Amino acid sequence: MHELSVTQSVVDAIVERMGDAEVAAVCLEIGKLSGVVPDSVRFCFEVVCAGTTLEGARLDILEPGGQARCRDCDGEFALPDLIPLCPCGSANVEITAGRQLRIRSVEVA
Amino acid sequence: MCATCGCSDDAGVRITEPGHGHGHGITVSLEQDVLAKNDRLAERNRDWLRRHEVVAVNVMSSPGAGKTTLLERTARESGLPVAVVEGDQETLLDAERIKATGVPVVQINTGAGCHLDATMLERALGTLGPAPGTVLFVENVGNLVCPALFDLGEDRRAVVLSVTEGQDKPLKYPHMFAAADLVLLNKVDLLPYLDFDPEVFLRDVRRINPAADVLRVSATRGTGLQDWYGWLRTSIASGERR
Ligand SMILES: [Zn+2]
Repeated sequence: MHELSVTQSVVDAIVERMGDAEVAAVCLEIGKLSGVVPDSVRFCFEVVCAGTTLEGARLDILEPGGQARCRDCDGEFALPDLIPLCPCGSANVEITAGRQLRIRSVEVA
Repeated sequence: MCATCGCSDDAGVRITEPGHGHGHGITVSLEQDVLAKNDRLAERNRDWLRRHEVVAVNVMSSPGAGKTTLLERTARESGLPVAVVEGDQETLLDAERIKATGVPVVQINTGAGCHLDATMLERALGTLGPAPGTVLFVENVGNLVCPALFDLGEDRRAVVLSVTEGQDKPLKYPHMFAAADLVLLNKVDLLPYLDFDPEVFLRDVRRINPAADVLRVSATRGTGLQDWYGWLRTSIASGERR
């Protein structure tokens, strides 16, 4: 389950950035096209946080939807899945949002 | 949940509304990519490969798609200087098959881990020390979900799908097919016995990834392997990196 590695990376990165500060809440951004399942991350979070400065921390997850820009018609459109297809029929599109996997912020206790 | 890895326990699911009045602590903005560390290490691997003139191909598939057979045959017949990093959860079996071909191989056992990451490849490179000019195959853990997310620093990504797995796989595992430079449709000798339409498969791969090359092969029969060796030679000659 790659969500376990992802969650471990989240906790490691936060511990590295925040040092000894006790973390009360974490806000993540998991784009709908990122390939990471938020519920699986929630499932892993508590386990991975145990025994760290994040123990018991609340987890908030934002799930921005997919967005793309067409290189042919220059249109911007919502992309519900990873099939890069513009309403104009072109597949020459650039995914501009929805693939992000980011730690937005943490709340210190 | 992750169908491949079998985590299907819903017990931990909590519905959380972001930003709704819990603690009153100080919020620190981090704005950091979760996989930043892996991506940094992957860049370091990429740099190492470039300096040592090694071309690395990350080979991904479900279990049983025929990766090891393909690599065994490639090691024996392609005429290319080959080395292999073998990723497997538990066993040494695949590495032993590769070793029998006489090419350098190292094994990475990931245990419960369902993918290779950049740190693992870094260690494998250190152990293996591939010679300049080597084509280094990194046989990832058999899984069509997790390996797609982790950059190893490789130059090329090849996805192997066997016709016995069904033609719906590109749309079911879009991340994997979106990340591929090459899709190898394997075991095509079995097509007469299966309900698998290669044209539908090709169309779906194209929908996800218009730029990917697609080759039809049978690693056991040898069908189409000259095209695969040709693709490898082109990749080496182009000197183009991801
Ligand atoms: Zn368009």
